[in-house]
Amino acid sequence: MAENVIQISGLTKKYGEFTAVDHLDLSVEKGEIFGLLGPNGAGKSTTILMILGLTEPDEGTVRVSGIDSISKPVEVKKIVGYLPEDVGFYDRYSGLENLAFTGRLNGMTETEAIKKAKLLLKRVGLEENSEKKTGNYSRGMRQRLGLADVLIKDPEVIILDEPILGLDPYGVKEFLEMIAGLSREEGITVLFSSHHLYQVQQVCDRVGLFVRGKLLADGDINTLSRKLFGSSPYLVEVGIPVQVAGDPDKLKNMTRVLLDVEGVLTVEEKDNKLYVECSHEVTADISRAIVRSGFELIYLNKREYGLDDIYYRYFEGGADHE
Amino acid sequence: MIFITGILREERIMNNAVNKVQGSAGMKKIGWRRVFAGTRVLKPNKERINSPFRVILEKEIADQVRSWRFIVLIAIIALTTLGSLYTALNNISTAIKPDDPTGSFIFLKLFTITDGTLPSFIVFVSFLGPLLGIGLGFDAVNSEQNGGTLSRLLAQPIHRDYIINAKFLAALTVISVMFFSLVFLVMGIGIIATGIPPTPEEFVRIVFFTLLTIVYVAFWLNMSIWFSVRFRQPATSALMGISIWIFFTVFYPLIINLVIKAINNPAYHGNPDYQVFLEKLRLGLMRFAPNVLFSEATSTLMMPSVRSLGPLTMEQMLGAIPGPLPLGQSILLIWPEVTALTAATVLCFVLAYVPFMRREIRSR
Repeated sequence: MAENVIQISGLTKKYGEFTAVDHLDLSVEKGEIFGLLGPNGAGKSTTILMILGLTEPDEGTVRVSGIDSISKPVEVKKIVGYLPEDVGFYDRYSGLENLAFTGRLNGMTETEAIKKAKLLLKRVGLEENSEKKTGNYSRGMRQRLGLADVLIKDPEVIILDEPILGLDPYGVKEFLEMIAGLSREEGITVLFSSHHLYQVQQVCDRVGLFVRGKLLADGDINTLSRKLFGSSPYLVEVGIPVQVAGDPDKLKNMTRVLLDVEGVLTVEEKDNKLYVECSHEVTADISRAIVRSGFELIYLNKREYGLDDIYYRYFEGGADHE
Repeated sequence: MIFITGILREERIMNNAVNKVQGSAGMKKIGWRRVFAGTRVLKPNKERINSPFRVILEKEIADQVRSWRFIVLIAIIALTTLGSLYTALNNISTAIKPDDPTGSFIFLKLFTITDGTLPSFIVFVSFLGPLLGIGLGFDAVNSEQNGGTLSRLLAQPIHRDYIINAKFLAALTVISVMFFSLVFLVMGIGIIATGIPPTPEEFVRIVFFTLLTIVYVAFWLNMSIWFSVRFRQPATSALMGISIWIFFTVFYPLIINLVIKAINNPAYHGNPDYQVFLEKLRLGLMRFAPNVLFSEATSTLMMPSVRSLGPLTMEQMLGAIPGPLPLGQSILLIWPEVTALTAATVLCFVLAYVPFMRREIRSR
C-alpha cells in the first residue's frame, strides 16, 4: 500500500442550491499522475481550489501529505505547486523576474531565486526568452513558464488546472511529456484536470471520471473499461459482405455463426457492420469461423475501449440516472 | 570616529556599486534598468531571506514608482506646487501687513496666499489629492484578477491579506514619501527665496498638515481599492472613484444649498437663532464631504488666525483679541475633522478587506 499524498473524504461544496462537489472521496498515491476528467462545470476546478485551501468546503476533509488544507492552507501551499487555468504573469517583468519573484515568496534569497529560475527556464526550454517581457510570450510559452513557476518551490505535489487548454497539438505533446518526465524523475505527484481525453490517456497512471460533482469511477484505463463494460471489454467490428447485406436470412445465418464462437457475447448490426462484443481476445477465432462457413471476410477491426468510449458510455449512463 | 568609519563604509559600498555597474556594462548594452539593478547591490537585501510580505511590498512599491500613471500624477502635482509657490513668493511682500496679528507666521503664508490667478498650495492639494489616491488604487485588485496573476499569487505560501495590505501600504508609502519631499522642497525654496527660516511652531504645523494630507489621500486610496475589489473592470472602478470625487467637490455643495434654501422659512427671518440653526445645519451636512473636512482642518492648521469652524455671533466676537491660536488649540479645533477622516479611511479599508478575504478566487 503506497502512501496517499492527497486524501479527500466526504468533500462537499455548495453554491446556494447548486452542489458543485458532492461527497467526494478520492486518494492519490505518491508519485502517480492522476487525471481528473470531466465535462465543463463538473466541479474539477472547485475540487482543486479546495485541495489548496483557497475555498472552504461545506463538509468533508482534505489532507495533503497529512496536512489539513482547511486549517493550514499556508503549510499546504508550501508543498503544493498550483498552475491555474489560463495562468497570467506580470506583463511588465521578464520571465526570469516573474520566476524570481515567486521564488522569493517561497523563502529564497534573491540570488538563490535567480539562480534557480535560470535553471528552470532552461529546463522548460525558455532559456532564450528569459529576458523577454512575459507580455510578449505566446500561450505555449506562458504555459511552460507556468510549469517552471510551479516547480521553483520544489513541490511534492503539483496540481494543474486544464494545463493543455489552448495549446497546439505539438505543444500539448511536449507539455505532457514534460510533466510525465518530472513525475518519473523526481517522484512528484501530479494531479491535473482536463477534458482532453486522448492526451490524458497517454500520460496518466490513473484517471478519475468526474460528473456533476461526483467521482463516477477511478482507476487506470483498463480497470475503468472493465468496470464500465463489465464482462465484455472487447469489441470487434466485422464488415458485412455485399452478398449478405441485402438478405436478412443470410445476415441471420452470419450472426449465428458469430455467436457460436466461444467468448462472443452479443452481435449487433449497425451502419453495415456487425459489432461483436467478446469477453476475451477472440478476433482470430472470429475470422476463422467466418471463412469456414463460406462468408467473405472483407473487413475485421479490433477495437479497444479508449477514454472516449468510457466517457460516452458514462454520459449515456448519466442520462439514464436523471 | 563613528563618522569616519561611516564614511569609509559608504565609500566601500559605493566602489562596489561602481564596479558592479561597470561589470554589467561591459557584458551587454547598458539599459537604465540594468544600471538600476546594479545599484541594488547597495542593499544587503539580495542575500537575505525576506518575509513574503516584504517581498510583495517591495514589488508593489517598485510597480507604483515605475508606472506611467505615477509619473504623470507626480508631474501634475509638482508643476502645480511650483506654480502656487511662484505666486505665493510674488505676493508675499504685499500679504504681510504691519498690523497683521498673524504676522509672525510668514512662512505658513507660502502655503496659503494667492493673488487670485492660481489657487494656493493647500487648495491644490485638496483638489489633486483625491486624484492621486484614486489613480494609485483603482486597479489594485482587479488588474491582478484580470491578468490571471491573483490566483497564481494566492497559490504561494502567503496569507491572503498580505496582498491587499501590501497594495495599500505600498501606495501609502509612495504617497507619504512624495508629499514629504514636496513639502520640504517648498520649504527649502521658501527659505532660499525669502531668507526667513520657519519657526519651530510653523515647522510642526507644516508636518501636521502633511500628515493630514496623507490621511486624506489614504481615504481616497482605500475607497478606490474598495472599488477595485468590488468591480471587475478597472475602468468601472476608476469612473466610480472619479464620479464620487466630482460629486463631493461640485454637486454636493449645490445640493446642500438647495436643501437649505428649500427649508428656509421667510417667516422666521428676523430670528437670529433660526439663522444660526440654518447655518449649523448647512455646515453639519457639508461635513459629510471628506473634502470639506480636509479643507477645514488644513486651513485651521495653516492659518492660525482661524479660531472657529462654525458660525460666530457678534457677542462671541466681542472683546476677543485678534491673535493667532496656539498650536495645541488649533489641533483641538480640528480634532473632530481628523477623527472623521481617519474613521472614513478605516471604513473604506474594511469594506475592501472583508469581501476580498471571503471571495473565492478563480482564474480570470
